[in-house]
Amino acid sequence: MTLTKKPETHPAAASWGLATGKQVPWEYASAPEATDHVTIRPEYGLFIGNEFTASKPKRTFEVINPATEEVLARVARASTADVDRAVKVARGAYSQTWSKLPGSERAKYLYRIARIIQERSREFAVVETLNSGKPIKESRDVDVPLAAAHFFYYAGWADKLDYAFPNRTPRSLGVAAQIIPWNFPLMMLAWKIAPALAAGNTVILKPASTTPLTAYLFADVVRQAELPPGVVNIITGPGEIGMELVRHSDVDKVAFTGSTVVGKMIGRAVAGSHKKLTLELGGKAANIVFDDAPLDQAIEGIINGIYFNQGEVCCAGSRLFVQESVYEPLLDKLKARLSTLRVGDPLDKNTDVGAINSAGQLAKVQELVQSGIDEGAEIFQPECQLPDRGFFFVPTLFTGVSQSHRIAQEEIFGPVLSVLTFRTPDEAIEKANNTPYGLSAGVWTEKGSRIFKMVAAMRAGVVWANTFNRFDPTSPFGGYKESGYGREGGLHGLAAYLRLDA
Amino acid sequence: MSPRTATRARQRASVLEDRPIQPPALTASGTSRDRIGVRKTYKLYIGGQFPRTESGRSYEVFDARGRLLANACRGTRKDIREAVRAARKAFPGWSKKTAYNRSQILYRIAELMEGRRDQFVAEVRDAQGVSRQRATREVDAAIDRWVWYAGWADKFTQVVGSVNPVNGSYFNFSVPEPTGVVGIIAPEESSLLGLVSRLAPAVVGGNATVVVASESRPLPAVTLTEVLATSDVPGGVVNLVTGLRRELLPSLAGHMDVNALDAFGAAPAEATAVEETAVENVKRVVRPPTDGLARYDWLSDRAQSPYLISDFIEIKTVWHPIGA
Repeated sequence: MTLTKKPETHPAAASWGLATGKQVPWEYASAPEATDHVTIRPEYGLFIGNEFTASKPKRTFEVINPATEEVLARVARASTADVDRAVKVARGAYSQTWSKLPGSERAKYLYRIARIIQERSREFAVVETLNSGKPIKESRDVDVPLAAAHFFYYAGWADKLDYAFPNRTPRSLGVAAQIIPWNFPLMMLAWKIAPALAAGNTVILKPASTTPLTAYLFADVVRQAELPPGVVNIITGPGEIGMELVRHSDVDKVAFTGSTVVGKMIGRAVAGSHKKLTLELGGKAANIVFDDAPLDQAIEGIINGIYFNQGEVCCAGSRLFVQESVYEPLLDKLKARLSTLRVGDPLDKNTDVGAINSAGQLAKVQELVQSGIDEGAEIFQPECQLPDRGFFFVPTLFTGVSQSHRIAQEEIFGPVLSVLTFRTPDEAIEKANNTPYGLSAGVWTEKGSRIFKMVAAMRAGVVWANTFNRFDPTSPFGGYKESGYGREGGLHGLAAYLRLDA
Repeated sequence: MSPRTATRARQRASVLEDRPIQPPALTASGTSRDRIGVRKTYKLYIGGQFPRTESGRSYEVFDARGRLLANACRGTRKDIREAVRAARKAFPGWSKKTAYNRSQILYRIAELMEGRRDQFVAEVRDAQGVSRQRATREVDAAIDRWVWYAGWADKFTQVVGSVNPVNGSYFNFSVPEPTGVVGIIAPEESSLLGLVSRLAPAVVGGNATVVVASESRPLPAVTLTEVLATSDVPGGVVNLVTGLRRELLPSLAGHMDVNALDAFGAAPAEATAVEETAVENVKRVVRPPTDGLARYDWLSDRAQSPYLISDFIEIKTVWHPIGA
């Protein structure tokens, strides 16, 4: 399963300072994370009112490990009646218990949840990696700690809402319908559920149908935390079920993270209703490297920006803009660094790039990469042996990309980088903003005044200067333009779950 | 149907139907018995200019008693497009002005409105059929509203921005930035105060705007643009199109270069269609109150709020490592 390097042909030798033709003097032994402490049940029902119950009529679907294509479990496929039942239960919990509970008590429940996630962190990390295909080092070091931190942060807001919005009385909205994607299953759950509960709402969460397992593991955290029944409900099913949930007349708030196409469908579904809507949609971030940037740091930032989580990141730095004067040295370094990425078994602690989440997503990545080739861009892929099974894709970069190429315009959501060039800051700004998206951007330069010029010019909700892909519960995250509206994280993220009465 | 409602219904119907025009009694537009007055041509306001509608069409505007006040431009989709283009062009300059500068320009609007106070009172009286006293209160409130928002220009960022204590060695802050081009559906009834109450927060936040005026009461809005044109507000920051809402709202709501839409002034029935259309490029939409604006008190201090500025701003978060 673990990728073995082929030392004779390893093109990365140069990046370790070795002369041409020299071999990389080591190999990585496999270092698999243990899975024996984790129990995945063969079947999961819907989690409604703190109980797992079968869908009615009883229907299930398979959930697989994208790295092995083995079935991990079967989960319930909710019906329209199940959606209705979940909303009723959430409404009941809202009006009878949760909205009556003082903020200070809600806070303690949320602190409990944060602590339990920390206590069970490795279990969450392993299940997340098994189900999503992301490398264990990432689920262990990024996703799970951030999920716990998110609950810990919003816990403290629950009894301080009166201080958040001057001259306003904050009120909870009621029942929140939350639909999350498959790229950060647990972290997105935390980003949705933590502020919603802190603000006094009850929730129905629909995880992506390929990645429901950490959500159902979270249901066990809800049980351990002894959260009142109905405050957190989790249902699974295809996109249509998500739309049923969004359309349900007794839902007060809809929060969605996912593709811009689906976001627009949801926007139409709630039009004319009283439902408060926040959308966190696609992106096509520009990562801009100036000639005075510290190149080695920038290389790490570029790699992290696009190959983190197999590039399945809405804010991924998928368009690299390099100032012409450093194009060649940067590309050499980038290609060498790309060649050192370890692609393979997500459970291996040395793996940098794991499995693409699903066959469908892999096909989409392949199709867009083919379009890049067909449209005349030049492809570079390091020599890399992929596992025989599972949905893997070699980290890829394209040079000679023009603004009109599909790989420069469309969100690929895979480990594929498009490299473009620029001469002046204004040209970089013009090109970077030339997209309907506006989620994130990156700027690399040692010049302070240029950082601020670029930061101000980017029409994007998050700008990383001399870093990339950093997240924190205190830090508002969300898009401009067609990347959506509303913010998650920080004080600004609270507003998405409150009505502010004058 | 009350006689007054019937009159209004007839006025609206008359836009498209033949209807005998009553002999104009043009007292309101400056005509006295012994002199033939010079009437004003009410035009659109686009990119700092006052063009007529490209359609060459107009519609009649009546006062509350059904007397003809003037012809207003019956703007079209093409006029909306021109207005959006002008707004997009004006946006970078306006959004980059310093807050102090924007503040002074908004205050200047108030200064110049004050000088035209009597004219606005007369026009609001005619448009809305209210007493002089009531019209005066509305005009004064509209002027004061500009003053109030002028003061927010250089304070708002401190109230809604933040420095975020992230768990790591990074300096991280969030600042408000304008959303971009904002479409504004002016309230139908409150011809001046309602419009100013919606326009001022979008403009002070640094946005460029395209306003669809009240259909039945567009004249005070047009006069407001004459103030804007002489108030150091750069051309294109506010653009105004008059005409039939059913013709203009779909173009405004569907325009792909409009980033946000203030549908607060729309009737709830209009608002649903507008919101559906606005989804196409993920516009931020402010909905009207569910029960409409019939009981909304524009004079109240509650009709002005920094949270209305927030409706048309984006929060940008910036990260930078801290190190040697």
